[in-house]
Amino acid sequence: MELTDLYREVILDHNRHPRNFGHLDPADGHADGHNPLCGDRLSITLRNAGDRLEELRFKGNGCAISMASASLMTEAVKGLRHDEVETLFQQVHGLLTGTAVPTADLGKLAALSGVREFPVRVKCASLCWHTLQAALADAASGHAAPVEPVSTE
Amino acid sequence: MNLRARISASAAVYDVARVRADFPVLSRQVNGKPLAYLDSAASTQRPRAVIDAVDYYETHLHSNVHRGVHSLSQLATDAFEAARERVRSFLNAASTREIVFVRGTTEAINLVAQSWGHSELKPGDEIAISALEHHANIVPWQMVAAATGARLRVAPLDAAGQLRFDEFEALLGERTRLVAMAHVSNALGTILPVQRVVAAAHARGIPVLLDGAQAVAHEPVDVRALGCDFYAFSGHKLYAPTGIGVLYGREALLEAMPPWQGGGDMIRTVSVERSTWNELPHKFEAGTPNISGAVGLAAAIDYLESLGREQAAAHELLLLRAATTALEAIPGIHLHGTAAHKAAVLSFTLDGVHPHDLGTVLDHEGVAIRAGHHCAMPLMELLGLPATARASFACYSTLEEVAQLERAVRHAREIFA
Ligand SMILES: Cc1ncc(COP(=O)(O)O)c(C=O)c1O
Repeated sequence: MELTDLYREVILDHNRHPRNFGHLDPADGHADGHNPLCGDRLSITLRNAGDRLEELRFKGNGCAISMASASLMTEAVKGLRHDEVETLFQQVHGLLTGTAVPTADLGKLAALSGVREFPVRVKCASLCWHTLQAALADAASGHAAPVEPVSTE
Repeated sequence: MNLRARISASAAVYDVARVRADFPVLSRQVNGKPLAYLDSAASTQRPRAVIDAVDYYETHLHSNVHRGVHSLSQLATDAFEAARERVRSFLNAASTREIVFVRGTTEAINLVAQSWGHSELKPGDEIAISALEHHANIVPWQMVAAATGARLRVAPLDAAGQLRFDEFEALLGERTRLVAMAHVSNALGTILPVQRVVAAAHARGIPVLLDGAQAVAHEPVDVRALGCDFYAFSGHKLYAPTGIGVLYGREALLEAMPPWQGGGDMIRTVSVERSTWNELPHKFEAGTPNISGAVGLAAAIDYLESLGREQAAAHELLLLRAATTALEAIPGIHLHGTAAHKAAVLSFTLDGVHPHDLGTVLDHEGVAIRAGHHCAMPLMELLGLPATARASFACYSTLEEVAQLERAVRHAREIFA
């Protein structure tokens, strides 16, 4: 287990310069995520075009793993159909927990593979995905009800 | 002698290498590096003397306490009650009737909140705490406040993390029924002016509970000199096992309080209609207690006193100064908690590196620190920080570990530069 497996150059870069950082207004969907153990906080806003995730932004405060994971995620999911987002999440989840070998090419997201060697950090990397799911659900329900912040606990 | 001379005089006679040899776990490696255990504020390690005392109890003395006529039960009872006497003398309490064994600080405070709080608090009554409390000294009061209609008042801190004493005093009024405050802050290291706190409260007839979790291993604690009404601490922060702790309570107060848990040991007589309570302290010890834990706690107290509490404390202070100087010299470092009177706890953040990443990098270098909110979320909010990194020192910590910490922090800075 090497530190450089966890803190790869791609991760350090996305932590330093997060992509798609900010807030969409107006937005079709919005959700907040919180990791009570770490205090990491994340907010995702998105816009759909039909069954595609057209545009999204994230904002937040957290460790390098959670910031880089969110930044990488926003790049990877932009333009995907909703079912493709879900499939990608399953693949990434398998990668992070070491429970499944990804069957698709995950591109830059593969840089997160070192996380599985650091079990306490898995939640840091997956918080953004859970928050994205909640934001998509919020959009699907047409903002029907105020969404509870997603918690990793 | 001035402070500096006192420190160097006592450091000269304090042989930390010998102390370290007493703690088996400290010789292990972590991630291929020598372990620098700088997380003693979360839990201290156990010396061989404590491990052996528990082992001897388990292999020679164990039985249930206060119930059998057989010899082994008497031996176990003697060991348990001898441990209580050891705690009494350690705290300089007037009587063993004032020493209640509990699981730890958290349970001790909950005991007071449930028993004393439920019988004494009325709507509009106030409990005064400080802004640096551990959740264990906030949540039990919130719970009893919600149930009784009482409310919490919070005394503020200054920028160094010290109690604003005047504002604390101004908070005390007609409705204040209890002051509950940390003796030492786990997140900032601040040593609170507990003597003055007790004097100010008592001048108004208000009892005081002190959360001594972070103090007992590092500060002198004489409950009669302090004059506090309750004092709570955990064995595992005092070189003893987990699952044992103490509530000291002034006898008159404990006597007037109802039991909080019912069961065996805490009763005198039970009929189906009603029960009568056992005498102190057993009234508050329902069920079979942690007997081996109490034995381990007594051994830990013996161990600490064999080192010399003042010498150990002076050694820790030396390390705190060294670590403060070493970290302050690193660009981008911010120290949180710079009280004039501090225990050996150093909370810090580093620009551009989140405390959790710092924790991971340090762990990789064998340095164990705490990264997070330190169970003091209201304090973190006040500081405007989601988390800090915290290094804390104990009797076995060394200057080499301070150097290892400094190197690891500098390494983290390079990685994230
Ligand atoms: C100041 C303070 N109070 C209370 C506690 C709670 O102690 P325990 O978890 O042993 O009950 C701690 C331990 O973290 C502490 O540092």
